[in-house]
Amino acid sequence: MDTTSLVRKSDHEWWIPPAGDMRVPGVIYGSEALVRDMDEKVREQVMHVAMLPGIQRASYAMPDAHWGYGFPIGGVAAFDPREGGVVSAGGVGFDISCGVRTLHTRLTTEEVEPIKTRLAQELSRSVPAGVGSHGRIHLDERELDAMLEGGAQWAVERGYGVDADLDRIEERGRAAGAAPSAVSPRARHRQQDEMGTLGSGNHYLELQRVADVYDDGVARAFGLAIDDVVVSIHCGSRGLGHQIGTEFLRDMAAAAPRFGIVLPDRELACAPVDSEIGQRYLGAMRAGINCALANRQIITHLVRKAFATVAPGATLTLLYDVSHNTCKLETHSVDGTEKQVFIHRKGATRSLGPGDADLPPGFRDVGQPVLIGGTMGTASYILVGTRESERLSFSSSCHGAGRAMSRSQALRTWKGRQVVDELAARGIIVRSPSSRGVAEEAPGAYKDVSAVVDAAHAAGLSRKVARLVPLVCVKG
Amino acid sequence: MGSWAHFPHEADIGVIGRGPTKAEAFRQAALALTAVMTDPAMVRRVETVPITCHAASDDLLLLEWLNTLIYEMAVRGMMFGDFDVEIADGELRATAHGEPVDVERHEPAVEVKGATFTALEVRQGPDGWRAQCVVDV
Repeated sequence: MDTTSLVRKSDHEWWIPPAGDMRVPGVIYGSEALVRDMDEKVREQVMHVAMLPGIQRASYAMPDAHWGYGFPIGGVAAFDPREGGVVSAGGVGFDISCGVRTLHTRLTTEEVEPIKTRLAQELSRSVPAGVGSHGRIHLDERELDAMLEGGAQWAVERGYGVDADLDRIEERGRAAGAAPSAVSPRARHRQQDEMGTLGSGNHYLELQRVADVYDDGVARAFGLAIDDVVVSIHCGSRGLGHQIGTEFLRDMAAAAPRFGIVLPDRELACAPVDSEIGQRYLGAMRAGINCALANRQIITHLVRKAFATVAPGATLTLLYDVSHNTCKLETHSVDGTEKQVFIHRKGATRSLGPGDADLPPGFRDVGQPVLIGGTMGTASYILVGTRESERLSFSSSCHGAGRAMSRSQALRTWKGRQVVDELAARGIIVRSPSSRGVAEEAPGAYKDVSAVVDAAHAAGLSRKVARLVPLVCVKG
Repeated sequence: MGSWAHFPHEADIGVIGRGPTKAEAFRQAALALTAVMTDPAMVRRVETVPITCHAASDDLLLLEWLNTLIYEMAVRGMMFGDFDVEIADGELRATAHGEPVDVERHEPAVEVKGATFTALEVRQGPDGWRAQCVVDV
């Protein structure tokens, strides 16, 4: 991106002043190097989002922003229904509520090293991953409804986890206002055998070592210390979310002219929050969030079972669960007035600061854990939400590294076996049913996650707490 | 005859089908879709699945076609390796040929979540028809 055309407000904050049909400015967070490396399409997409009805304050892009569909990946925007504000299927994306959850194992690296290979084997055997894999749970229509209504709470009631898990999930594991009846037969069918599956692509299950701690006090509050071993799970709402996204993108793009909405890009497909289709999408999308939360909860159960086989002494407790692709009704301050707005975070993490009433008691004094996924060869990070992120980005931060190289180019550059062997030489065990999949997900195909996290820290969107490095990676 | 190709997108991948007829371009785009996941030549013609789609325009028909294939492959646990396609009056009738996913032989790299409006285009030019869009993986 040509940075000379942006207004630099501070080291890590770049503005696109309103022009043409933009209702608000665009704001991009990142270091000069990160912003320079962003595609021009990111600027264009930030500007397009700024043109949508009812948008509040600004159209934001996080430091890991890249070219998405309509919204940039790493885009954040809030809409007020009282000002004609919209809800956008394109602003949430296909993988509704894709997110990360991290579990403590209460084991140290020293304890895990001798059993690492067996753990890798047991985890890859226990958690279905990859194209064409099915879960061991089949949901009939009634159970599917209950799952779509109840999310992780449904999963815990069915024996997949414990009540204490729910305290460590956004909204206690259940998005209110889900409408299973708004979820199409196709979306339901696509999910019936996919519960408890990881998926493919950039989704993973990792065993990670805490390699660095940057903030002792917050790390203590999060229960993290150097050389602790944690498990991180990255996946979403599987086929159900994909199908909801597909159908509402099509239907909202077709409906937009009826509402007098001019879409600068059809992928911005949206409708007024208060319209019939807007409400129907919200109901279906919240059911999709619940599906993702239930899915990560079932995978957590499978991970615990795998550990019970190999390391019976381990106690896996949930650190936190965050979702990346959502639209949520939240209260925020806009021009000095408290407003209820619909916040779209597409490839962005909520980042609540200390004192926020939505945080569980254990985190209220320090802020929310912000879990940032990396690649199988680099690092993941745990950050903490900040108070100033409310003012900066409606309490949002980055979500990951983002690709630097297309899948085709990665496939031309690496062989799966070579990636697996190179990582093995560094002590990282990779288990995947697809050698080609590993090549396409090679660590070198991603941007430098550390640069992204440093920028989020410097901008004040969230603060660094710990760096995690992979020991075992199960990929789809 | 037609041909297919992929084109780069920062996070995902674009599929292009080309052919002397619209139907052939759609068939090739479907092969490009399979090729995102596996080598179409590795997929045996064991089962057939009939598919019908409608849309008000050619580009929306392409979206509907690819999204229907994504759905059918997902719920049937199949890979499609070839297609017979006919298009008339905004209606596409096809037979998809394929087999259940064989992880060892197909080595499927990634599942496709959906076809998108991004770079969506169906056009007839001097060299024939082209049908393309970006798919989310």
